[in-house]
Amino acid sequence: MIDMHLPILLIVVPLVSAPLCVLLRQKTLVWAFASLVCVASLGLASMLLIRVLEEGVISYAIGGWIAPWGIEYRVDTINAYVLLLVSIIAAVLMFFALPSVVDEVSGKQHYLFYTAYLLCLTGLMGIAITGDAFNVFVFLEISSLSSYTLIAMGRDRRALTASYQYLIMGTLGATFIVIGIGLMYMMTGTLNMFDLSQRLPPMFETRTAMVAFAFLTVGMLIKLAMFPLHMWLPNAYCYAPSLVTAFLAATATKVSIYVFLRFTFTVWGAEFVFEKLNLDIFLIPLSLIGIYVTSLSAIYQTNIKRLLAYSSVAQIGYMMLGIGFVSVTGLTGGIVHLFNHALMKAALFLAAGCVVLRLGSSNLADWKGLGRRMPVTMAAFVLAGLSLIGVPLTVGFISKWYLILAALEAGWWPIALLALLSSLLAVVYVWRVVEVAYFQKADDDSKIKEAPLMMQISMWGLTGATLYFGIQTDLTVNVAQRAAGLLIGVTP
Amino acid sequence: MISVGLFNYWACMVLMMIGLYTAIARPNLVKKLIGLSIFQVSVFLLYITVGKVSGGTAPILGEGIEAYSNPLPHVLILTAIVVGIATLSLGLALVVRIGEAYDTIEEDEIIERDIVND
Amino acid sequence: MKHESIPRVVSKWFIPPILLFALYVQFHGDFGPGGGFQAGVIFAAAVVLYTLIFGLQAAKQIVKPRIIETLVALGVLLYAGTGLVSLFLGYNFLDYTALDPADPPHGQHLGIFLVELGVGITVAAVMIAIFFAFAGRRRLR
Repeated sequence: MIDMHLPILLIVVPLVSAPLCVLLRQKTLVWAFASLVCVASLGLASMLLIRVLEEGVISYAIGGWIAPWGIEYRVDTINAYVLLLVSIIAAVLMFFALPSVVDEVSGKQHYLFYTAYLLCLTGLMGIAITGDAFNVFVFLEISSLSSYTLIAMGRDRRALTASYQYLIMGTLGATFIVIGIGLMYMMTGTLNMFDLSQRLPPMFETRTAMVAFAFLTVGMLIKLAMFPLHMWLPNAYCYAPSLVTAFLAATATKVSIYVFLRFTFTVWGAEFVFEKLNLDIFLIPLSLIGIYVTSLSAIYQTNIKRLLAYSSVAQIGYMMLGIGFVSVTGLTGGIVHLFNHALMKAALFLAAGCVVLRLGSSNLADWKGLGRRMPVTMAAFVLAGLSLIGVPLTVGFISKWYLILAALEAGWWPIALLALLSSLLAVVYVWRVVEVAYFQKADDDSKIKEAPLMMQISMWGLTGATLYFGIQTDLTVNVAQRAAGLLIGVTP
Repeated sequence: MISVGLFNYWACMVLMMIGLYTAIARPNLVKKLIGLSIFQVSVFLLYITVGKVSGGTAPILGEGIEAYSNPLPHVLILTAIVVGIATLSLGLALVVRIGEAYDTIEEDEIIERDIVND
Repeated sequence: MKHESIPRVVSKWFIPPILLFALYVQFHGDFGPGGGFQAGVIFAAAVVLYTLIFGLQAAKQIVKPRIIETLVALGVLLYAGTGLVSLFLGYNFLDYTALDPADPPHGQHLGIFLVELGVGITVAAVMIAIFFAFAGRRRLR
């Protein structure tokens, strides 16, 4: 039975568990239950990916209503890959959750925290799995509303303003997407993505098509925090509880990038988007400017979580750059980076979270001499930081390699050079942390206890993954290549 | 020349612009949310307008009625309204908490107080 | 407003019909406009009216916040549970035919009835919870 209903179980299991958390109430019990659910989701997502790789596209009709009339869950290589990513991160973070949430969230709210966490997971998985355009919006709002709540649970009062700012921007973005979808429905009378892709081409000459695409794109770019629409991101990541920051940084923007890929390549088609409207002319420079501007901002930050948040926006620039090349290699680079960046950024935020637990501060000035005071945590930070720079043998290298390869393939060597040079900026901001932590003497040089084992497991699990997938690239790159081929319409 | 047939779309656009401007430009957090709501409602109007079939009645089966308006956009918007309510109440809850934490709900004053705090 | 006799008496007259009307909208949803969303909101409106007249404390004694929270969860579970039943009976998620395979329209009827009941419970509970949450805060300055 599980085999046949895999796609829906992946959504229903966390969805049903969220209200059950409310009924359970007791702190540790809720945590254990939520962990079990996350691990179950991971199992289901892996089974789904294996089946998709074997059998090709899997379609599931909700309520037995056949597409295009009913809501269809449609899983192919790319969304199975994203689903696996989201569930891996959600499951690994649950180890970190127990001590971290006890420290950062007030005791009475724990069960609500895990409820929101599971709802957010449901939303993100739902976005990735559904084949219905309006359903994307519904799941987008489920995940967004729960993430606003999660962010607002941060200790600092600025978490409230950050969450509010994100709420305004996020809702504007989501509403833009709804307008786009509404106009698409107006032209074609269908909401099923596959059906839309068949019915849209005759409409390409109309002004409505342009407007629909414009609204949709702007909405998605806000959601995925593309420069210059990223203003909500740094504050939201900075003041949210550590667990939430790591979770959102690793999944929320990545799923939004998946939505972008799905709408531009599958629904509208690369021909319309990149040949008729020439979106790449706009996407590539904007990505490059974004990479430089936000990397420079990262260098000047005095708060580690904020520094990492700005670096996230820069890394999104790399992914969009890969997409902008509109070639199999470029898309492979973008999609691999989506996976790799999730691993390394989650590892970095977890390391920062470990320090916050013991030190109570993510200010760079307080991190002096931390290399000696918390050697294990800082070692993980440095290793994941090397990934961020793109040092060989780490995952960061793999994705940058494909991006530069794609640029050279297209004959745009200046872009390859610029992308390569931008890594130097990453060197600078990672080095700043290293310099403070290892080469400056702390006022108080006493040893601090390392973070609890549970948190170490999550942190080292992800850091280990950044190294493992940096050497063993079969899984990530092969699947990404197949996904890229699928999106562009050639089989590799 | 504004043609009468497109009146709803014009109204929708005007509301949309009012909402968007208020949501972005007003410093008061509650007014921002009001703007956001107007913006969302204008989109509801857009959907409902799309679903109207000229001469059609409400989509409830009845004798002697041939043309019905398209019920699908209505259903979609019912979902969007619920989402809108959730967003609005979450936003207002945040504003209440911000008000308690900062003693003000004006954006510029909040920024000022955060700078003093640093 | 407990001591103002006109609002008190009028609200006492109105609250039962409002609750009854909510149930009508809920269960008549199959034949005319109506359904869980509307019914839930109308039901919550009765509680809101009661709270406005008799105060938050009195209202919380009748509908306990803890019960409201449980109902929010139960409504969602009823909805998803209906879907899961069809899943276990070998049909697709939310395929109501599973509830009465011999007579699919009747199965659909039953399925929609249960799902709408879930929606109604959750919506009513959520609306009351939101109102209580806001009413419970003290006024700024």
